[in-house]
Amino acid sequence: MHSGTSALELILTGDPALYAIVRLSLIVSLSALAVSAVIGIPFGAFIALNRFRARDGVIVLLNALMGLPPVVVGLAVYLLLSRSGPLGSLGVLFTPTAMVIAQIVLVTPIIAALSRQTIEDLWVEYCDELTAMNIGPFRRVATLIWDGRFSLVVTLLAGFGRAAAEVGAIIIVGGNINGFTRTMTTAIALETSKGDLPLALGLGAVLIAIVIIVNALAWLTRRAGERIAG
Amino acid sequence: MRASASDLPIRFDGVSVSGGSVTILDRITLQIEAGAPTVLIGPNGSGKTTFLRTAMGLTRPSHGRVSWGGVEMSPPLHRAFVFQRPAMLRRTAAANLRYALRVARLPNAQHDGRIAQLLALVGLDGLDKRPARRLSGGEQQRLALARALARDPAVLFLDEPTASADPAATKAIEDTIRAVAASGIKVVMSTHDLGEARRIAGEIILLHRGRMIERAATAEFLNSPKTGEAKAFIAGELLV
Amino acid sequence: MAMRRFAILAAVTALLVGHAGAQEKSIVVASTTSTQDSGLFGYLLPIFKQKTGIDVKVIAQGTGQALDTARRGDADVVFVHAKSAEEKFLSEGFGVKRYPVMYNDFILVGPQSDPAGVKGKDILTALKTIKDKAAPFISRGDRSGTNIAELSLWKIADIDIVKDKGAWYREIGQGMGAALNMASAANAYVLSDRGTWLAFKNRGDLVIVVEGDKRLFNQYGVMLVNPAKHPTVKKELGQQFIDWLVSPEGQRAIAGYKINGQQLFYPNAADPNA
Repeated sequence: MHSGTSALELILTGDPALYAIVRLSLIVSLSALAVSAVIGIPFGAFIALNRFRARDGVIVLLNALMGLPPVVVGLAVYLLLSRSGPLGSLGVLFTPTAMVIAQIVLVTPIIAALSRQTIEDLWVEYCDELTAMNIGPFRRVATLIWDGRFSLVVTLLAGFGRAAAEVGAIIIVGGNINGFTRTMTTAIALETSKGDLPLALGLGAVLIAIVIIVNALAWLTRRAGERIAG
Repeated sequence: MRASASDLPIRFDGVSVSGGSVTILDRITLQIEAGAPTVLIGPNGSGKTTFLRTAMGLTRPSHGRVSWGGVEMSPPLHRAFVFQRPAMLRRTAAANLRYALRVARLPNAQHDGRIAQLLALVGLDGLDKRPARRLSGGEQQRLALARALARDPAVLFLDEPTASADPAATKAIEDTIRAVAASGIKVVMSTHDLGEARRIAGEIILLHRGRMIERAATAEFLNSPKTGEAKAFIAGELLV
Repeated sequence: MAMRRFAILAAVTALLVGHAGAQEKSIVVASTTSTQDSGLFGYLLPIFKQKTGIDVKVIAQGTGQALDTARRGDADVVFVHAKSAEEKFLSEGFGVKRYPVMYNDFILVGPQSDPAGVKGKDILTALKTIKDKAAPFISRGDRSGTNIAELSLWKIADIDIVKDKGAWYREIGQGMGAALNMASAANAYVLSDRGTWLAFKNRGDLVIVVEGDKRLFNQYGVMLVNPAKHPTVKKELGQQFIDWLVSPEGQRAIAGYKINGQQLFYPNAADPNA
């Protein structure tokens, strides 16, 4: 990236290095979100719909995990993936894959905890009707997820927001390598420490624009939900 | 596997239902046969809702046994329930019915026709695309009734179906219930309204504090009640 | 619904596996924030890549952290500037051989108003004066090469900084750029390497107050991580990088890196005493 060029110029002229950074940020966060959704929604549904002895404890733990400090997750994943660590033979430290893994750890509890809440609330409402219709467990979960789809989309957007804004974990496990594991947030951290504040601010503006778009989508989703489903 | 026997008669054998330390149903023994509608009446808290839920199979008795056509633990394949405050799926009215039809395994090709038929039966034609949760209370009750009928039940339970309905909806619902009963479906329902019982019931069961007090054919019950509670209830003096 | 979920899972797995596989000719170099923040790598690595096709991925940490990363086997080459720490690394058997590459110097940077009045003095007198006057001083406190140099200067000046530090001595545990940012904001003194200083854009009121002292010499060395300790080290590619750095061509490239016409690093691979 050309230091000294104004961030606005870089954005408007489509500077390839800048857009590579934006693209990497989106790929990492979206991949993490996809895997977190696949793990988190069914897990949340399971907890919502089943009674078992440790249930209250699991719910408390899940809600607590939503607040995992990113740097701590980064450190833990780093030690796991280091060549001297248990998963070192995978060779994924300092690659985008490691960043995706760290963000999966951060985002999955959010998706699971919020899905659980959504599905449980819906189940309380639908329990009698669905039981009286004698539906099986798979159809039950599918019905709740479909009827809760708007809330679940908002949950996914929340998870994406958390991933996209995060820097503590991915800078540790990714190494902030130029052109390889440098995302918007890690680039902002770097440019700030180099004293290139205008460039850092420019990247920050792009990031904030993305966050605003995500929140607008969440609002639109909620409105669509009210309009379509009542 | 479809049971070759039907769900009737529904037999209660010394059935009691307790919630914590409270007895909701107290040693009820009776048999509900096929035929004209059976209507439960009784003051608030007499156990009408719990009775219906137990007869449906939603509530498990704390003591005693319930059997359907001689079978205990019979899954509600041919029974349907209209709740007092029915839950609407977050979809359109038509989609609610389509859901019930899918669960009942009706072939997809027949769905559209059946949906139109059911909506017309309960007087909701034209509202098929409305989100179900935006229907009025009476309309939701009627949709719940249509949804229950979509399952082609042999027994239809209704818990105070006109409690939250305006007079026009009440008439529509009562007309539908009578039509349903006439088509051979066994109706078992509860009501607050003695007039409604008179209009619909073939037989009346009076519940009070969880016990069955009196049971008789409609005319007999209303004109010559035998128990003190029945007389008080008809006079509007049995309140709790 | 299940099909859609499976498709997403398959796509993500392909992405992850694809990425892991697409690392062909590349090495990981653990280096320091001063070499990164000065922009040296941004200048050198494209030249090296064009010549050899090898992708050099630089993790910029402090010297101490970079050596630890290498000890864990997470880097192939380590490129830092603290000879004592590098020799300890070698003696522990984690490195193969140390090659001197280049040098620059440290400078003492401070506010233009020079509240401690140290401008033009030699570095030891300057540090003594700063301590006596309790002038605000930023220390990197992160086991980096610069930090190690700073601590040894206090020692040579006969000051036990651990015992004698007060509120004026602020250890921030961060890189050179962050330290300069802090010094600029707090009107404090800080020891910096010249490379980072020349590339630094947020100087505010800061200027160089002490330079040219022989004791401010800053030597950079490069080592291959020992494949005997970590068999996954890419030893051929790593050695190619080292060989290029110390070759006449690499040394010329290093000398060619300038900011505003001023050279930042001076190649000295041929110096037997480096």
